[in-house]
Amino acid sequence: MAQFLQYAFSGLTVGAVYALVALGFTLIYNASGVINFAQGEFVMLGGMVTVFAAAAGVPLPLAALLAIAVAVLVGIALHLFAIEPAKGASAVTLIIITIGASILLRGLASIVFDKRFHALPAFIPGEAWRVGGASILPQSALVLGGAAAVVVLLWVFMSRTLVGKAMIATAANRMAARLVGINTVWIICASFAVSAAIGAIGGILVTPITLTNYDVGTLLALKGFSAAMLGGMGNPLGAIVGGLVVGLLEAFGAGYISSAYKDAIAFLVILLVLFVMPNGLFGRAGVERV
Amino acid sequence: MSLLSVRDIGIEFGGVTALSGVSLDVGPAEIFAIIGPNGAGKTTLFNIISGLYVPKKGRVELRGEDVTRYPVHRLSELGLSRTFQNLQIFFRMTAAENVMVGRHLHEKRGVLPHLFALPSTKKQNAETRAKAEELLAFVGLKGISEQTAGNLPYGALKRLEIARALASEPEVLLLDEPAAGCNAVETAEIDEIIQKIAARGVAVVLVEHDMRLVMKISHRIHVLESGRTLAEGSAQEVRRNPKVIAAYLGKHAGEEAAHA
Amino acid sequence: MTMQALLRRHGVVLGLAVLVLVLPLVLPSNFYFRIATLTFIFALAVLGLNLVMGYAGQVSLGHGGFFGIGAYAVAVGPTHFGIPVWAALPLGALLAGLLAFLIGRPILKLKGHYLAVATLGMGILIAMVFTNEAQFTGGPDGMSVPRLVLFGWSARGPVTWYWISGVSLVGAAWLAMNLIDSPTGRAFRAIHDSEPASGVLGVNVARYKLIAFVLSAVFAAVAGAYLALYDGGVTPRTAEFLRSIEFVTMAVLGGLGSVIGSVVGAAFLTILPQVLTVFHDYEHVVLGLLIILFMMFLRDGIVPTLARLIFRRRP
Ligand SMILES: Nc1ncnc2c1ncn2[C@@H]1O[C@H](COP(=O)(O)OP(=O)(O)O)[C@@H](O)[C@H]1O
Ligand SMILES: [Mg+2]
Repeated sequence: MAQFLQYAFSGLTVGAVYALVALGFTLIYNASGVINFAQGEFVMLGGMVTVFAAAAGVPLPLAALLAIAVAVLVGIALHLFAIEPAKGASAVTLIIITIGASILLRGLASIVFDKRFHALPAFIPGEAWRVGGASILPQSALVLGGAAAVVVLLWVFMSRTLVGKAMIATAANRMAARLVGINTVWIICASFAVSAAIGAIGGILVTPITLTNYDVGTLLALKGFSAAMLGGMGNPLGAIVGGLVVGLLEAFGAGYISSAYKDAIAFLVILLVLFVMPNGLFGRAGVERV
Repeated sequence: MSLLSVRDIGIEFGGVTALSGVSLDVGPAEIFAIIGPNGAGKTTLFNIISGLYVPKKGRVELRGEDVTRYPVHRLSELGLSRTFQNLQIFFRMTAAENVMVGRHLHEKRGVLPHLFALPSTKKQNAETRAKAEELLAFVGLKGISEQTAGNLPYGALKRLEIARALASEPEVLLLDEPAAGCNAVETAEIDEIIQKIAARGVAVVLVEHDMRLVMKISHRIHVLESGRTLAEGSAQEVRRNPKVIAAYLGKHAGEEAAHA
Repeated sequence: MTMQALLRRHGVVLGLAVLVLVLPLVLPSNFYFRIATLTFIFALAVLGLNLVMGYAGQVSLGHGGFFGIGAYAVAVGPTHFGIPVWAALPLGALLAGLLAFLIGRPILKLKGHYLAVATLGMGILIAMVFTNEAQFTGGPDGMSVPRLVLFGWSARGPVTWYWISGVSLVGAAWLAMNLIDSPTGRAFRAIHDSEPASGVLGVNVARYKLIAFVLSAVFAAVAGAYLALYDGGVTPRTAEFLRSIEFVTMAVLGGLGSVIGSVVGAAFLTILPQVLTVFHDYEHVVLGLLIILFMMFLRDGIVPTLARLIFRRRP
């Protein structure tokens, strides 16, 4: 039981980060139809900028804010200089552009920072808590709490603010949104910015536990994308559930079956789910119109 | 025996009934029109007959064989073909190639001979292409066979769909608004094409909004409204049916039809 | 008209053959032969990927896995099972085809992004086996691959492999061009543009997706075997998911649905990193930037976009 709890905690911690990445995918996808494979680089930027700013003497909270700001700027730049000019190109073309952006950002990070692994001190120092025989690091709780806070904030932002509502309208029907006077270019830009911020926050929270380097984004994008698809593309709730499920599958797979095959177990489950539910857990089936 | 027979078809989307209790029979060489206002369920009925949608209720028979749950491509083997209201053109392929796909079931389909371009494959390709050219000429599209379909005007694409559907040599042909968006001259040509097709013994099921065309060439007309059958009969009968006049044709259209 | 189409079709294969024949005259050293050989090998895999992605319109982010199966077949077969190398190569291709056949049935029912993630998962699962079944594969360090020996003649070195891979690529392009202009190829392309219309015309959509998937897996496996034989070794990195992404990038950059595009895309991502080493640390920055710019300005891929620009000027 203690072991089960232990795996569950570690699974939820990683899963929360996957969920944030998946949420980032979903936001951009809904607003623009683009699958942004540079999503993992936002997480990397969150961690790396915080690490280097802190090392330069910036107080940690400020360093974290700076990291979020940098990620947001990069997200906006990605949209303005790479996605918007290619408007109207096919979906694969846009995906390859984001892959190019991901390579570019990794390259830049390896120059501006370095290629080594870095850690941050835990934000809440102290002993691990004992819960039901399992030990849980305060930082893990912070990751989970932080992710939950991001989700709630995002929800409030989406349902209460004009920009958020415009984002929802744009996601539902871009043409109609444009007709009622919403500047959809601006809204897509905002979705890149919000997405980047979410990714960066995930990166900041998790760095004390998992370390970071210039290259961590690739795998995170892969897991986040898979999680988003598992949940059902375009569905924010699906993205969150998908992320947590992938995290839990990895942790339990590693614990009970084989740590070497932990990724395999997650993907095996994703495959099996898709065979039964071809539109993911929360995707709507619908009959294709002809 | 009728070639195509639809029995008590019902379907719903997300709880909303789109068709209910629709039955009809079409025989060889017959031009059978289905009319009704937008959203009446005409296209949905075509989608069910051609196997793209599975109905909740009822069945579809081809020459007496229950084909309701057959995969789409099997229906083509049994002699059914159709065109689409919202064009489903292979727009990256040339016009000729579009029609050549229609010959699929008449071609040998072993992959290895195709890979190695054996003489048999080359010969077959030439035959298929000749047949495609012939069909393009039949629908009045001579001389555009090498153009990419995506670059052709709307009117040409409508005919291209007809040529493509004919390529499979169907016994039952469903045409979904073949004259939509066509001018008077083009409509007259399509009128002629449809009559020629039926004269060869093909059962033609026609969905069309151009009442002049429908009244002129249809042997029987089936009127749908909100997913239900309103009336069925000859042009004369339907035109005089008070329910049809009231519910569908309206005053103006009723007068127009009476003069047609 | 038809003559022109025929000419164009043979033109592609002929042009490629001439390129393979002439290139050695200008390649100054073994180093360049190596790059050309790698280009041909990757082009072979991308050509296969193009059948399923560019022609049949079904995305695969898992072809690195099939590539790996070919590569490990010529490593594991001879080392652990005593299968001669020349037999292990087609056996690997067969195995990849068989796996594609089995897994393709359920996977190809998925569409778009769901298909992408399913194939991605498949590729990763295959790669994990190579990493973890160390008693057969040597684990993360990989294993060495015996030389290909045919009639007492041992295939080694860049020049030899230049010819093997170059001739194979021309052959593969010939096969692909034949297929594209056959009922099978027309079925592929029809499915890409409209599945409902294909089905209504009698095309068994599931079957043709599967055929495209299996063929492309075989192409990738042969390419993987060549790379392993040429390098004399194989590691799990041969099959990792970045490899799959690289193949897709090559296919899209060169041009989906273009045989020449497959070669150009493979050349782009094989040659460019070599050239970019002059930028030292900035290598990846420039590579990423170039990918973005090329896709931005040549949206349909290098070859189709340029071809359109050139042909538009003609009446
Ligand atoms: N795939 C589908 N999903 C949901 N609703 C559909 C679908 N296809 C048709 N409908 C609905 O069924 C009704 C009939 O539509 P349709 O058959 O296209 O009408 P018609 O062709 O007579 O104009 C409409 O209300 C339409 O919205
Ligand atoms: Mg309709």
